[in-house]
Amino acid sequence: MATCSFWIDGKKYEAEEGTNLIDAAKENGVFIPSLCYFRHIDPPLGTCRTCTCKINGRNDPACTAYIHEGLQVEVNTPELVDMRKALVEMMFSEGNHFCPACEKSGNCNLQHMGYELGISVTRFPHLFKDHLIDYQPKRMIMEHNRCIKCKRCIEEVLTTDEKRVFMSLNRGNETMIGIDYEQEARLTDEQAVNAMNICPTGAIIVRGKSMAKPFGERAFDMVSAQKQFKHNILEKPNKGNFEKKTIATVSLAGCFGCHMSMLDIDEEIMDIAELVSFNKSPLTDIKNFTQRCHLGIVEGGCCNTENIETLKKFREMCDILVVMGECAVWGGLPAMRNTIPLGECLEEAYLNCVTSEQGENTVPYHEDLPKILDRIYSCNEIVKVDYMIPGCPPTATHIWKVVKSLLWGEDYSLLYSEFKYD
Amino acid sequence: MSTDVHQNFFVVDPERSQLLSALWQHQLQDRHISREAIKRLAEKYQLSEIEIEGVVSFYHFFHLKPAGKHTIYLNKSITAELKGFERIRETFERETGARLGFTDPSGTFGLFATPCIGLSDHEPAALIDFYPFTNLNALKVKDIINKLKEGNSAAEICDIPQENIRYTPANNRTIFFAPYTRGEAIAKLATLKQDGVLEQLKRSELSGRGGAFFPTWKKWDTCRSYATSPKFIICNADEGEPGTFKDRVLLSNQPGSVIEGMIAAAYTVGASYGMIYLRGEYRWLAKKLEEEIEAFHAQGLLGKSIAGIEGFDFDIRLELGAGAYVCGEETALLESMEGKRGEPRTKWFYPVEKGYLQLPTVVNNVETFAAVSRILQLGADEYLKRGIPGSPGTKLISISGDCERPGIYEIEWGLTIAELLELCGGKDPYFIQVSGPSGEPISIKEKFRRISMLDLKDQKDIRCGGSFMIFNSERDIVHILMNFSEFFKHESCGVCTPCRAGNFIIQRKLERLQNGLADMNDLKELKSWGNLMKTTSRCGLGKTATNSIIQSLEKFDDYFTGRFAKTDNSIIRKFNHQLAVADYERYKP
Ligand SMILES: Cc1cc2nc3c(=O)[nH]c(=O)nc-3n(C[C@H](O)[C@H](O)[C@H](O)COP(=O)(O)O)c2cc1C
Ligand code: SF4
Ligand code: SF4
Ligand code: SF4
Ligand code: FES
Repeated sequence: MATCSFWIDGKKYEAEEGTNLIDAAKENGVFIPSLCYFRHIDPPLGTCRTCTCKINGRNDPACTAYIHEGLQVEVNTPELVDMRKALVEMMFSEGNHFCPACEKSGNCNLQHMGYELGISVTRFPHLFKDHLIDYQPKRMIMEHNRCIKCKRCIEEVLTTDEKRVFMSLNRGNETMIGIDYEQEARLTDEQAVNAMNICPTGAIIVRGKSMAKPFGERAFDMVSAQKQFKHNILEKPNKGNFEKKTIATVSLAGCFGCHMSMLDIDEEIMDIAELVSFNKSPLTDIKNFTQRCHLGIVEGGCCNTENIETLKKFREMCDILVVMGECAVWGGLPAMRNTIPLGECLEEAYLNCVTSEQGENTVPYHEDLPKILDRIYSCNEIVKVDYMIPGCPPTATHIWKVVKSLLWGEDYSLLYSEFKYD
Repeated sequence: MSTDVHQNFFVVDPERSQLLSALWQHQLQDRHISREAIKRLAEKYQLSEIEIEGVVSFYHFFHLKPAGKHTIYLNKSITAELKGFERIRETFERETGARLGFTDPSGTFGLFATPCIGLSDHEPAALIDFYPFTNLNALKVKDIINKLKEGNSAAEICDIPQENIRYTPANNRTIFFAPYTRGEAIAKLATLKQDGVLEQLKRSELSGRGGAFFPTWKKWDTCRSYATSPKFIICNADEGEPGTFKDRVLLSNQPGSVIEGMIAAAYTVGASYGMIYLRGEYRWLAKKLEEEIEAFHAQGLLGKSIAGIEGFDFDIRLELGAGAYVCGEETALLESMEGKRGEPRTKWFYPVEKGYLQLPTVVNNVETFAAVSRILQLGADEYLKRGIPGSPGTKLISISGDCERPGIYEIEWGLTIAELLELCGGKDPYFIQVSGPSGEPISIKEKFRRISMLDLKDQKDIRCGGSFMIFNSERDIVHILMNFSEFFKHESCGVCTPCRAGNFIIQRKLERLQNGLADMNDLKELKSWGNLMKTTSRCGLGKTATNSIIQSLEKFDDYFTGRFAKTDNSIIRKFNHQLAVADYERYKP
């Protein structure tokens, strides 16, 4: 086949005629995000749309385009970069992704793409749709909360006599990937593991086979198309214009993990004590604000009315409000209950669970008790949040770097490795 | 649907193409598609059961659970909602004992809601066992259910929807409803030859009436240029755009001219097989169409050597959809005809090159075919006398909503919105949705815009795909937009992220607006997310789903001002405390 010239963002490149645009770009060192694209599947699936570029003037997925002479592609215009990022964010708000509890973490294309595109929070409301976890297949578990409906499994996983094992069911926002129990049982071990491996997320889990690789050796532990940033350790701000600042912290519907992480700074905590003083905070055990603060740091989202009041108070009393950790950013682990009606949760916890007393018939309710909300709300849904630090938990360096740069207006440089929490 | 004669003719179909008709048989016989049926079909077509289930669950007229001895579908389009859907629903629920979405305990009645069934000029309307019942009110519903309980069949007691052709151009200038004699257009083929037909279409500037307005001659000419055979002609009678019912009226009033248009297409591109993909909602029109096809056969206008033209063999059969708006999208339609889920294809090839079974296929709208046969019959010169220069001819428009005379209006291109409103007796028109939910909303302030295919830039003229829904100033725009949003959320095929998740997300935003929680930030996001869906969705459904929202926000300032709170210095967000604790308050002793 002939070699052709094509243009990406005004630069000329060469590739064989007929090469898939994603591959051709990669060969030439240009990264185009992709999720559903899988080399062997022909025609390409074109379902996820995360590879959308402007191709000969039209917005189209790169995975369904082929190199021909004179092809003009725009990849990294600000709008396109933002749109692709938005699409990946959309997948996070459509599914229910709790990476800390996911077998695929570190081997997950979706998670990897989140890191690559620098997603710290999704701009969309989380949909918290209740998805099934299907334990019925003989060898597999289908975790529908994590499926992005890319359709790779539909096209690639066939029994030896060419019958499909997976198929889309329903349509619209009810679309899900169904699994045929009978055909699944007929897959060879190798075919089953292949299904798990080609799934770009942790939706297909083969029992007993998931945690095959230790940390450090997983698919995306060391791979990144992003440049590694230079490592800057915590340095004291310039003494010249130094002024000690006050900080308040609180843990709402969180596990205190973020607070523990703050303490992980070890002996450097002494340096920090020189720079800032703490007002209301579990670290000082000061219960009520005694003065206005420069910075408020909130861990956890809101699960009850008291959380809401506290958060509003923080907003009023702090110049800058930072929320840290996934729970505060979008709900996090407590939000696992968001797909289930509150009544069911309470009745399971207080009335029907194995440890509840025989004949128990009340769910705690008292004027003095905070009222439980219908779901977990992220801090940003209740008050305006100035900055968010993602992570479960974020590392100490990450948190303090944010604090320092906010309080003293210093340059903020974020390490890729600091940002990777899986 | 096809009789034996046709089956012999259609030799190319793989078995799988008959899956939808097989499923229809089961649905009508057993009122659902049972596990055993799925098992049998899987064996028959050598597929896994999940693959059959995937198809069944895609179409909303196929049920996995029994849907009642009598299955009732209430139309829940916006016009139906405004004409009393809620009251009708209550009455049906009371009379049948079935709750919406379920069957009654005895399994006699199943009650379901469905998007527009193409009877917007007869709302509230419903389909019972796929027969139409129109202009419903509480008394009528009561009567219907009693009769069904007494053992009458829906076929015996259904209404015959009026055609409501309210207006045709004066002085016998009608194109679509001119006197029709079977075979008149076909008789022109032999003299015109292929080039002549294309020439006529080119001169008359006919462009597709399915909404995309692609020049018909160009489509046919491209298809003709491929040497691959056999080729197919498909008539897109899926008419799913809410508020559109012009194809229904054409199929019922002028089935012959539609079929003749298909025959002309077959002659021009060299096709051997034709199919009419009729939406499931119009099942009640199937008999009429089949009779018409038979009549063509009887006159030698279908079959071998049509009209004596040596080697011109062509036959038409009917295919039934099963409830899916997206199947109107031409590539989804092809998938559906192949017995699959109606998911639009990636746009590598146009159907004219690789369509049905990856063979060259022309897909045109019902009205397009009808126009073709009229152009051939009357001649392009005559056709050009209608309309305005650059936008010749006439267009069928289905008018519904707040007006005195809902129905079909055949207008000459160039008429203004104001004139059309005058004709139909628009009552206090305020918000007009042109071309359906995927089209554009216009404000009464724009009533002097012309309806034409010219000057589309800068919002001078406006094209109309066929749906024209009028809403008066009492109507709540957010309610209208919520109805559209629900429609797209439900009708998205689910294949691509921006449309599947996006429509759901947009609806959440509209809910905030409805609950009075929205601020300027929500406004900004609605626009930006709408644009995202438009840019990145695979097919027209996702690309156009947010049109109405974005445009309403721009055009109806007076309505929206004040509905979005200013965010400038509000550091505390709007939050509905009562709603958030309502669940918990139930446990107050
Ligand atoms: C979501 C969607 C729904 C559509 N529905 C219809 C329809 O119901 N009827 C129709 O004729 N065209 C419909 N179309 C347009 C078809 O894709 C296609 O353009 C048309 O059938 C071509 O015929 P024409 O050139 O005669 O207009 C739809 C398109 C989209 C994107
Ligand atoms: S599938 Fe990927 S993104 Fe989703 S929870 Fe698992 S690791 Fe996280
Ligand atoms: S299960 Fe995995 S491979 Fe299959 S569609 Fe979902 S994400 Fe894709
Ligand atoms: S835009 Fe919507 S309807 Fe069209 S392919 Fe995507 S999901 Fe399906
Ligand atoms: S990678 Fe191109 S659409 Fe998914």
